[in-house]
Amino acid sequence: MTLSATLAELVRDFKANGRIVIVGASLAGLRAAEALRGEGFAGSLTIIGDEPYEPYDRPPLSKQVLKGWVQADHTQLPRFQELDADWRLGLAAVGLDRATRQVRLANGEQVPYDRLLIATGTRARQWPNPAEAALEGVYSIRSRDDAERLQQALMAGPSRVLVIGAGFIGSEVASVCRDLDIPVTVTERGPAPLIGALGGVIGEIAAEMQRDHGVDLRCRVGVSSLEGDAGGHVRRARLSDGTTIEADVVLASLGSVRNVEWLEGSGLAAGFWGVGCDAGGRAFDINGVTTDTVYVAGDVARAPHVLYEYQFLAMEHWDNAVFGAEVAAHNMVNLEPGYRPHLLLPGFWSGQFGVNIKSVGVPPFGDEIVFTQGSIKERRFAAAYGRRGRIVAAVTFDHGKWLQYYAELIERSAPFPPPPPGWDRPDVMKPIPAEFPEPGVPTAIPDVVLTGHDPNERRAEFRPRDRPS
Amino acid sequence: MHIVVDLNRCQGYAQCVFLAHQIFRLSGDEALTYEPNPDDARRLQVQRAAAACPVQAIMIDRQDDAERGAA
Repeated sequence: MTLSATLAELVRDFKANGRIVIVGASLAGLRAAEALRGEGFAGSLTIIGDEPYEPYDRPPLSKQVLKGWVQADHTQLPRFQELDADWRLGLAAVGLDRATRQVRLANGEQVPYDRLLIATGTRARQWPNPAEAALEGVYSIRSRDDAERLQQALMAGPSRVLVIGAGFIGSEVASVCRDLDIPVTVTERGPAPLIGALGGVIGEIAAEMQRDHGVDLRCRVGVSSLEGDAGGHVRRARLSDGTTIEADVVLASLGSVRNVEWLEGSGLAAGFWGVGCDAGGRAFDINGVTTDTVYVAGDVARAPHVLYEYQFLAMEHWDNAVFGAEVAAHNMVNLEPGYRPHLLLPGFWSGQFGVNIKSVGVPPFGDEIVFTQGSIKERRFAAAYGRRGRIVAAVTFDHGKWLQYYAELIERSAPFPPPPPGWDRPDVMKPIPAEFPEPGVPTAIPDVVLTGHDPNERRAEFRPRDRPS
Repeated sequence: MHIVVDLNRCQGYAQCVFLAHQIFRLSGDEALTYEPNPDDARRLQVQRAAAACPVQAIMIDRQDDAERGAA
């Protein structure tokens, strides 16, 4: 038998009898499982999730669910494929042993795998003071249960809601509060909302939009402490400028934390920004060597991207979960040269204050911005971000139909400022500084982060392996 | 039934809103929100809305289709 015939036989055998374990039962985990079955994988498939629910969609939680239009338990994701999987829900993975190829569950059980997909995603960063975070009325939002609790608190008619952090989630929640006619204060340590993701120029427009809708927006201000009443319910916040805010509902929207703790000691390149992997979803070990058995997808993955100087990108985006999962699944059951890359142009949307904000590319990679279409005053425009004479991202406010035009320019590394489509041109088309905060400035962390070139980036804890005795 | 709309793909043409306003809504001119788990009685309406979407952004649970076919 030739080597290639032997390998083909191995792949056939793996597809028929292999054992694949997916850790993470949300969007990426579900889509990976479906893609595996779609690829003809007929072996055993185990899906482990720490939440008790079948995979559900998270974006509606901070929008139509919070508004009370859609019930939190109505967010279950559609299924496109028969899975025949062993679902282990409500049970967190707590350890990974790559030597024996086993995932350890919270109940002590060991689940063996031949190939493993890590899709454990992120969780909401909690208010850092545990005693204050435990006050009744202090919320964060990531899960279905979080959304349900906060929705009920909003329905109870709070006198004022305080939103800490003006990233996308915080801004969307503030928007819902205004829709429900609830007074809301938003504090942001940076100079404007959305500044980490879209820069100060767009942030200023977002700030005006919030204020026009009656949000009490306070920028360059942090919350120093939260105070409760005798019954343990939050009543006020003390701000870094010495003022106080009376509020009986507080949302900490402080960005997310990647769920990598369970990988401690596994020898994978897992750290603050997630699990380093190649563009095909194959995990790196701490030495930067790709593994053959461990794959990563979704919010917890960080992979080098050809369009962004091969910097590792960490993307907390819906389509990153979908396409990253499909690529990882394909590569789990195929061999070189059949591997596929996950080279998604990042994209996201956010509905807030009646405006649809969409973006493609990586805005913080740019240092300049130019308005190319529409009107800032009417909050209906397109703008492009550039770096060193090439376009790297674009953002639209109620101009989503034009986004594809910019996406194609970005994919071709077209010149910046880009040629505007010959329609709806603004009066001024001059590039200006995009005003992104310096790295390290405390503000809302953007959903797409350029995390450098190191597969085991600096903020990851380096744990040398035990020397063989 | 279960649906999901790829809102990266959605461009706010609002054909779905015209065809199934109980399920799909616009917030402002372009931001779409929707009921992800509509009542099964609305299946035909939702299927028509999905078919009418100019960018084909509405995805419907295929398992539900299979169940319906078997019934």
